[in-house]
Amino acid sequence: MAAVLESLLREEVSVAAVVRWIARSTRGSEDNPGEAAALSSLRPLRKEFVPFLLNFLREQSSRVLPQGPPTPAKAPGASAALPGRPGGPSRGSRGARSQLFPPTEAPSTAAEAPLARRGGRRRGPGPARERGGRGLEEGVSGENLPGAGGRRLRGSGSPSRPSLTLSDPPNLSNLEEFPPVGSVPPGPTGRTKPSRRINPTPVSEERSLSKPKTCFTSPPINCVPNSQPSALDTSPWGLGLPPGCRSLQEEREMLRKERSKQLQQSPTPTCPTPELGSPLPSRAGSLTDEPADPARVSSRQRLELVALVYSSCIAENLVPNLFLELFFVFQLLTARRMVTAKNSDPELSPGVLDSLESPLFQSIHDCVFFAVQVLECHFQVLSNLDKGTLKLLAENERLLCFSPALQGRLRAAYEGSVAKVSLAMPPSAQAVSFQPETDNRANFSSDRAFHTFKKQRDVFYEVLREWEDHHEEPGWDFEKGLGSRIRAMMGQLSAACSHSHFVRLFQKQLLQMCQSPGGAGGTVLGEAPDVLSMLGADKLGRLWRLQERLMAPQSSGGPCPPPTFPGCQGFFRDFILSASSFQFNQHLMDSLSLKIRELNGLALPQHEPSDEDGESDVDWQGERRQFAVVLLSLRLLAKFLGFVAFLPYRGPEPPPTGELQDSILALRSQVPPVLDVRTLLQRGLQARRAVLTVPWLVEFLSFADHVVPLLDYYRDIFILLLRLHRSLVLSQESEAKMCFLNKLLLLAVLGWLFQIPTVPEDLFFLEEGPSDAFEVDTVAPEHGLDAAPVVDQQLLYTCCPYIGELRKLLALWVSGSTGRSGGFMRKITPTTTTGLGAQPSGTSQGLQARLAHAFFHNQPPSLRRTVEFVAERIGSNCVKHIKATLVADLVRQAESLLQEQLVTQGEEGGDPAQLLEILCSQLCPHGAQALALGREFCQRKSPGAVRALLPEETPAAVLSSAENIAVGLATEKACAWLSANITALIRREVKAAVSRTLRAQGPEPAARGERRGCSRACEHHAPLPSHLISEIKDVLSLAVGPRDPDEGVSPEHLEQLLGQLGQTLRCRQFLCPPAEQHLAKCSVDLASLLVADQIPILGPPAQYRLERGQARRLLHMLLSLWKEDFQGPVPLQLLLSPRNVGLLADTRPREWDLLLFLLRELVEKGLMGRMEIEACLGSLHQAQWPGDFAEELATLSNLFLAEPHLPEPQLRTCELVQPNRGTVLAQS
Amino acid sequence: MILTKAQYEEIAQCLVSVPPTRQSLRKLKQRFPSQSQATLLSIFSQEYQKHIKRTHGKHHTSEAIESYYQRYLNGVVKNGAAPVLLDLANEVDYAPSLMARLILERFLQEHEETAPSKSVINSMLRDPSQIPDGVLANQVYQCIVNDCCYGPLVDCIKHAIGHEHEVLLRDLLLEKNLSFLDEDQLRAKGYDKTPDFILQVPVAVEGHIIHWIESKASFGDECSHHAYLHDQFWSYWNRDGISQCCSGWCGTPGLSDSSASASQSAGITGVRKHFLPGILMKCVCK
Repeated sequence: MAAVLESLLREEVSVAAVVRWIARSTRGSEDNPGEAAALSSLRPLRKEFVPFLLNFLREQSSRVLPQGPPTPAKAPGASAALPGRPGGPSRGSRGARSQLFPPTEAPSTAAEAPLARRGGRRRGPGPARERGGRGLEEGVSGENLPGAGGRRLRGSGSPSRPSLTLSDPPNLSNLEEFPPVGSVPPGPTGRTKPSRRINPTPVSEERSLSKPKTCFTSPPINCVPNSQPSALDTSPWGLGLPPGCRSLQEEREMLRKERSKQLQQSPTPTCPTPELGSPLPSRAGSLTDEPADPARVSSRQRLELVALVYSSCIAENLVPNLFLELFFVFQLLTARRMVTAKNSDPELSPGVLDSLESPLFQSIHDCVFFAVQVLECHFQVLSNLDKGTLKLLAENERLLCFSPALQGRLRAAYEGSVAKVSLAMPPSAQAVSFQPETDNRANFSSDRAFHTFKKQRDVFYEVLREWEDHHEEPGWDFEKGLGSRIRAMMGQLSAACSHSHFVRLFQKQLLQMCQSPGGAGGTVLGEAPDVLSMLGADKLGRLWRLQERLMAPQSSGGPCPPPTFPGCQGFFRDFILSASSFQFNQHLMDSLSLKIRELNGLALPQHEPSDEDGESDVDWQGERRQFAVVLLSLRLLAKFLGFVAFLPYRGPEPPPTGELQDSILALRSQVPPVLDVRTLLQRGLQARRAVLTVPWLVEFLSFADHVVPLLDYYRDIFILLLRLHRSLVLSQESEAKMCFLNKLLLLAVLGWLFQIPTVPEDLFFLEEGPSDAFEVDTVAPEHGLDAAPVVDQQLLYTCCPYIGELRKLLALWVSGSTGRSGGFMRKITPTTTTGLGAQPSGTSQGLQARLAHAFFHNQPPSLRRTVEFVAERIGSNCVKHIKATLVADLVRQAESLLQEQLVTQGEEGGDPAQLLEILCSQLCPHGAQALALGREFCQRKSPGAVRALLPEETPAAVLSSAENIAVGLATEKACAWLSANITALIRREVKAAVSRTLRAQGPEPAARGERRGCSRACEHHAPLPSHLISEIKDVLSLAVGPRDPDEGVSPEHLEQLLGQLGQTLRCRQFLCPPAEQHLAKCSVDLASLLVADQIPILGPPAQYRLERGQARRLLHMLLSLWKEDFQGPVPLQLLLSPRNVGLLADTRPREWDLLLFLLRELVEKGLMGRMEIEACLGSLHQAQWPGDFAEELATLSNLFLAEPHLPEPQLRTCELVQPNRGTVLAQS
Repeated sequence: MILTKAQYEEIAQCLVSVPPTRQSLRKLKQRFPSQSQATLLSIFSQEYQKHIKRTHGKHHTSEAIESYYQRYLNGVVKNGAAPVLLDLANEVDYAPSLMARLILERFLQEHEETAPSKSVINSMLRDPSQIPDGVLANQVYQCIVNDCCYGPLVDCIKHAIGHEHEVLLRDLLLEKNLSFLDEDQLRAKGYDKTPDFILQVPVAVEGHIIHWIESKASFGDECSHHAYLHDQFWSYWNRDGISQCCSGWCGTPGLSDSSASASQSAGITGVRKHFLPGILMKCVCK
């Protein structure tokens, strides 16, 4: 494998060839034969390349990322590649480092640390209470046992540490995390950790002003490097620090603290470190940031190549998990410092430099360079991350330094992004599920059964409330506290039908409590923060943000957390476990399967892609939310279904092997699946609904036990998913097929699934090159759900909270925190605490929201649906109304203002962009009225609608409450949209108006001004322009020939034609500008032919030619048409073009009188200026003519010129200044 | 006015390898006196365009162009006044206007050394006086006015017909008091592809529900039914969420039925509006 990489580095093969080689099983024809030969010899190794590359990178980066959250690389065959390799000392030292923070939960594993590193998955035992729970997590962590995963490799670092520390209760004795007030921060005083308030501000130079006084009193430091204790001197201390910020004393003090802390953290100081002398990458080391400098990158070319191969692999979805790789790259980007290897010699000879023997990342500069290179290739993905991440990325100084271009694009993306993502846990709704239509006596066999059910309800809610009160208390145990009561209750459920009733209750309650924001349970409360804060309800908004920060899970456990049951879900899981009733489980599975089928088959609204209107955006938001609700419900249900379905097969023991496994397989393959997920998946793919089906399927599969992926049935599913994964190439623009964010969601969930411990890691790489194009034969509609933009960032992050790890990594970098707990420091000053001390219920809005919630709970569900429907429609109508009234008014104002501007500024009018700015600055403030108007509109319209839709008999109090809530919701909805978009809307409309007006002002104002419609009396019976053009064309073609001897036109026909032309021109109804232009041109051609006497006349041969008088009459008609009826320009100068005058040359005897007549008339009617005609005549002389013709032409022009300037000499002078309109325009 | 499929095919039959000139059209008119000239011209044009589409390639090989050009030069040297170019086009069975364009392009290449831009050629074809060579100018002009299927004049006629009939359709809708949105209004609403008119309240004609009306300045034969269905109507369907649509073909019922599934599924009925002005006039001015 290394051979491939090496041949790549030696430039024997191109990157493209390698990627083709990996991606396709058959050799592409486009391959260069030489390259192909080089690669084909390595063919058997093809599928191992990607794992090798990933492991190679992880290994190479281990010197940079010895601590911090590890990036696992799930790659088989790595053990062969890695530990077996004759690692240089630099690599050898890794073992020591990785044991610096041995897992504390099981001291015994410390001794096995090397094994754990190789074989262990980073699978935290989960939050404390989950550890207290049963079997499941143990079952997972059972894999930690040696032998279970000997072939597995996780990335650097000790695998189980971070998640452990993450979920541990805060260590109050930790001086760094909880510094004593007023004390000198333990970090280097040169830089303080910014205390992160609610609105984090980027670290800047000015921050040094706020650092504790002690820094200024510290003596300058200039002797530090040499005087360090020998054990630490390999790290270049203070490199990144401005001089004078730290004293030696402080450093020592700090180090002592660090070491004591380490001792605290690892109760087994017996760290079996084989190389005690190797540098301890102490925590203190991570406190200093080594600056990265693009100029100091070693072997740029090599890094570029590897980055390119790596990026291509990511882009082609050859790596299992896109976000894991991004996480890794971000880690490289934010690497604090390089742990210098003991013997590594940076001055390697150039020959060695290109091979794999020299480390890829020789310095922090290399890491950052590499990371930036890779990030550049994945800008599209980055630009679709949430706004917070984008901000952090755009403000990353390393990025700016290494690639200003990328930084610029990111900044632009950040500024354009609207993807604000709130990672807050949904507020757990306290509501109790009550279904009057099913939970009534009629549905029970006997009074007794109904009574028992009611009693069970009581017990269930009692248990639930107790859990709510206690589950966060330390030392409280679900089983101990509630287990016996649950089992007693389950014991009462004797009849099968009572089981189904209870299961229904259980499921409803599950959905109600655990569904994420936007869910049916949370709309009232869930929407409140944004809306209220925008409306100026500052306090509540701030409270929500604070709550979000406090409640957001610190970390979801690294980029690939194991499946967990956060929040309320834990209750339901523990309930199932404690109940341990197989009847209950069976009914639950039945019920869950049914509900999943039902939701999965739900017809979701289709999007109209062409409609970009702001208004429908309002409507579409609702549809997107509906999709989110369905998807999240499905995921929740599928998760529990998977949990219950695979529960009997999961245990703490390691998965069986050999014969035992075979017999288990034979047995299990008999068992029908609890839900026919394979068919559902296939159908989902066919109907292009993968974006709905796959996420919940992933949840289901994430609970599968070890045997499941080996079963044929599930193997098919995995293969389908793998193919899907491979086909979702992000860079391929296939709008019709799948939206970008939809793809991203699928990639994220699939990537996560492929990292689940129970999914055999070789599965991903084993699959022999999935058929090049993943094409499901679609019988389905062209526009499935996949093509609709149903996924937004909020949904993406809700489904895949681990993507948020990227943001945390960047935030960590900014905050300068040491990453001890994997989350950034949260410091909330006591003053804020008192300021916001009140609970949400304290504020009236919060209380109002809860009241509304409670109100709906007591009413039939239809009432709520009605109110929400009314609110939604009225809100949407309100926006439309505002657009049609206020905005339209503003646009009219803008138009008149613009006219004034144009008048005052004269012809120039100024720069349109500038004009637009002026107008917008004047008009946009009026947009503020929109909110008041919108509120008024909703106030006026909603009550009537609610009244009309609710039953007549609704009590007055209920009615008025419903009306008020509808008004409130509609107002919220409308105002939220308006306050976010009104300025942009006004701007857009004004811009359109400005460009309209300017265009109207534009090139031919005169022509535009004169254009007039037909007279009032016109009945539009004139011949159609198309008919006339075609008639005139016929005459022209007759005249130009060739023609049969008997062909010709009668003079009457010509006269009639010109008469019709006049009618058509006077009736403007059907005339479009191009038609008029062509008519003008044809009429000029016709005149030329008349003058040249070229029109064949029907009749006796003697009369073959048009009579002079008739010709003059026709010319007169034409002249008057040109003068009176044409409103567009007439290209009269064509009359004197060499071609048309040349027609005269062919006639014998030549007759000049008609031309002279025409010219005179032109001048007389003011159609052409004298000067203009003279100029045309002059230019005629330059053409080549037969000798006699030239003479006659000269005579003509002399004749014309010799004539007295007949009428209106004043007109002439005037014309000299301002030439005739028509001709000038025609020339232009 | 109804044209049956058989009639249509009879007309089309007569049009095989006929040059698109005034004379051919006259003969056609003598043969089918019952049809209006516009109808015949429309069918002629349609059939001829199909023919040209098929044979276009063979006239555009560099050898073909070279030989045409040489023939033109020889012909002009012999007699500049004779219809050299027109005869050449008719002889090789190519549209005169297109032949004129070919020769003009070749001519400019030779005299200007750089390849002429498309806009230059187009403007020269619109106004042959701009052509530097007088003889060629006359030849080109002759080709253009004699071509009844191609060329700037024909294009303009088609454009005018499209426009006129949109106006007529609008009048008709107003007269019938049908509420509709026209193309401009639809564009303002953000639709990119729009039919000419969307009826705000659908109507039923001959048992078919009609949501929108599109007018086309060409004859609704089988082939164009299929092509337009593909390119346009389905996208209206998709975007406007319209389940049944009706094109404004004056395609006769006979024609529609025979054009089989596609048009039927789209609910095409013989309603108003179409290139055939004769037919249209009858509809409008009845």
